Amino acid sequence: MNQKKRQPSPSQNPLAIASKWVPWADKLLPLLGVVILLSFWEIAATSNWVNPVLLPTPVATIAELVIVTFRPENGLFLDFFTTLWRTLLSFAIGAILGVPLGIILGSNERVYRSFEFLIDFFRSTPASALIPMFLLFLGTSDWNKVVIPAFAGFLVIIFNSAYGVMNARQSRILAARVMGASHWDIFKDVLFWESLPQIFIGLRTGISISLVIVIVAEMFIGTDLGLGKRIFETQQILNVKDMYASILTTGVLGYCLNMIFRFVEKQIVHWSGR
Amino acid sequence: MISTATSAFINVQGLCKSFGGQVLYQDFDLTLPEGKVISVFGPNGCGKSTLINMMSGLIPIDQGQITVADKPLRRSRIGYVFQNYRDTLFPWMSAFDNIAYPLKVKGMAEKNRHQRVDQLLATFDITLDLRRYPYQFSGGQQQLIAILRAVVADPEVLFLDEPFSALDFEMTLYIREKLQQVHMESNLTTVVVSHDLEDAVYLADQILLLSKRPTHVVEKVQFELPRPRTPDTVSHPEFVRTKGHCLDIFRQEMRQ
Repeated sequence: MNQKKRQPSPSQNPLAIASKWVPWADKLLPLLGVVILLSFWEIAATSNWVNPVLLPTPVATIAELVIVTFRPENGLFLDFFTTLWRTLLSFAIGAILGVPLGIILGSNERVYRSFEFLIDFFRSTPASALIPMFLLFLGTSDWNKVVIPAFAGFLVIIFNSAYGVMNARQSRILAARVMGASHWDIFKDVLFWESLPQIFIGLRTGISISLVIVIVAEMFIGTDLGLGKRIFETQQILNVKDMYASILTTGVLGYCLNMIFRFVEKQIVHWSGR
Repeated sequence: MISTATSAFINVQGLCKSFGGQVLYQDFDLTLPEGKVISVFGPNGCGKSTLINMMSGLIPIDQGQITVADKPLRRSRIGYVFQNYRDTLFPWMSAFDNIAYPLKVKGMAEKNRHQRVDQLLATFDITLDLRRYPYQFSGGQQQLIAILRAVVADPEVLFLDEPFSALDFEMTLYIREKLQQVHMESNLTTVVVSHDLEDAVYLADQILLLSKRPTHVVEKVQFELPRPRTPDTVSHPEFVRTKGHCLDIFRQEMRQ
C-alpha cells in the first residue's frame, strides 16, 4: 500500500465502484481473479452444489497443504523435491544437447533442411504418446522419468535454437564482416547473441514441457516419490484434500520455474525489446 | 605518401550489377580522389547505396573491378557507417566494446584497445560513459558510436550510407559537425550517400551526381569552400550556387 494516502477512498474496498479510483487500487488488480476463483470455490464447496467429499473448502485445502508438506512420514516436500530434481535434470540434459545441436543445425541451411521435417514431426507429436515406447526400452527405472521429459524438452530447444540462428538479422552480421571479423568471430560475437532471445524462448518452453512430462511419467510409470504419483494415488484412495494440495503444489512449482526463468532471461538478454 | 587530388584512389572499372533482371549498373567506371569527401546524390532507386555497398565489398558485383589504393577490396581497410545504427550496433556489448570491436578482431590487446579508444574520444572531445549499452544512448549518440567504430581501426576509406536519415534535425547538425571534425583530423577519404542535398553539399569536396537506371555519372561537381564550414556556410554564395547547380541537374535527370 502507498505510504502517502493522498485521497482516502470513501470505502477501503478496491472492488467498490468508487467514484474516485485510487492509484494503489490498481496494484491489487492481479489479486482480483484469485479472489473471484477462491470465492467461487468456497461457495461451490459449502453450498452442496458439489459433493463435499469431492471438493473440500479452500481453507481446508490450504490447511492440509501446510500439514502434509512438513509431515515427517510421507511428506509432500519429498515429492516436491523429487519432481523438481527430475524436471531440472531432464531440462539440463535437453538444453545441453539441444542448444549446441540447434545452433549447428541453424548455421547450415542444408543440414537444417535435412532434419526440419523430422524435428517438426516429433515436436508436434505429444511426448506423452511416446511413454509406452520408452517403457519398452528403459523399463520402469527411475532413469525413465528423466529421459522422456529430456527428450520432449530437447525437441523444442533444438528447434528454437536452430530457428534463432537461421533468422538472425543480417545487418549486424554484415557490419561485423565489413570490420574484418572472421567466420568464427561472427559466430561467437554476433550470431550467437543475435539468436539468444529465440534460444531463451525454447529454453522457457522446454522447462515447462519437461515439468508436464515428468508429472505424466510419474503418474503413468509408477515411482516411490513425485508429485504426479502423489496426485494419482491420493485420488485413488479418495484422499481429496491431499490431492488438491498436491495439485496446488504442482502449480506453484510450474509458476515459480517460469518466474525464475523470466528473471534470468531478463538479466542475460537485457537488450530484448529495446 | 602524398598523392595529388586527381589520382584515382578508389577505382571502379567496367562494373556491372543487376537485380532480378533489372540492370542497375552497366560498364560503370568511376575514379575517386584520396583524402576528399565525396557525396553521392541521385534520384531514388538509382543505386546510391548499392554503389557504396559494392565499393565496400558488402554485396558482390556481377562483373568488373574495384580497387582501393591499387589493392583489391578484400585487402583494403574499410570503415562503414550504416543507415540504421539500431540494427548494426551490438546491443549485447557495451559502447566501448562496440567501438573497439574492429580492433579486437584484428587481435589488438585489450590495453591498447583502451588507449586507442580514449585517444579517439579525446581527439573529437566526446564525453560518453562507454560502459553503458548502446540502447541507453540517444539516437544521435548511437550514430556517433557507430561512426567511432567505423574509424577506430584507421580505415583507408570511410563509407556512410545515409547517416542522418534516422536522426532528428538537431542531431543531424551535431553529427554533421563531428563528421567534418573527423575529416579535418584524419584527412580520411570519405564517401557519403545522402538524400538531403544540403547535407551532401555541406560535407563534400566533390558531389557525385548520378542518373536514373541504368546508372551513370552525370557530373562531378567540385565544392571547394575551405573548412571548417559552419552553419553560416549554407548561406554562402558559393554554397547556394553549388546547391542550385546540383538541383538543376537533378531536375533535368528526373525529366528524362
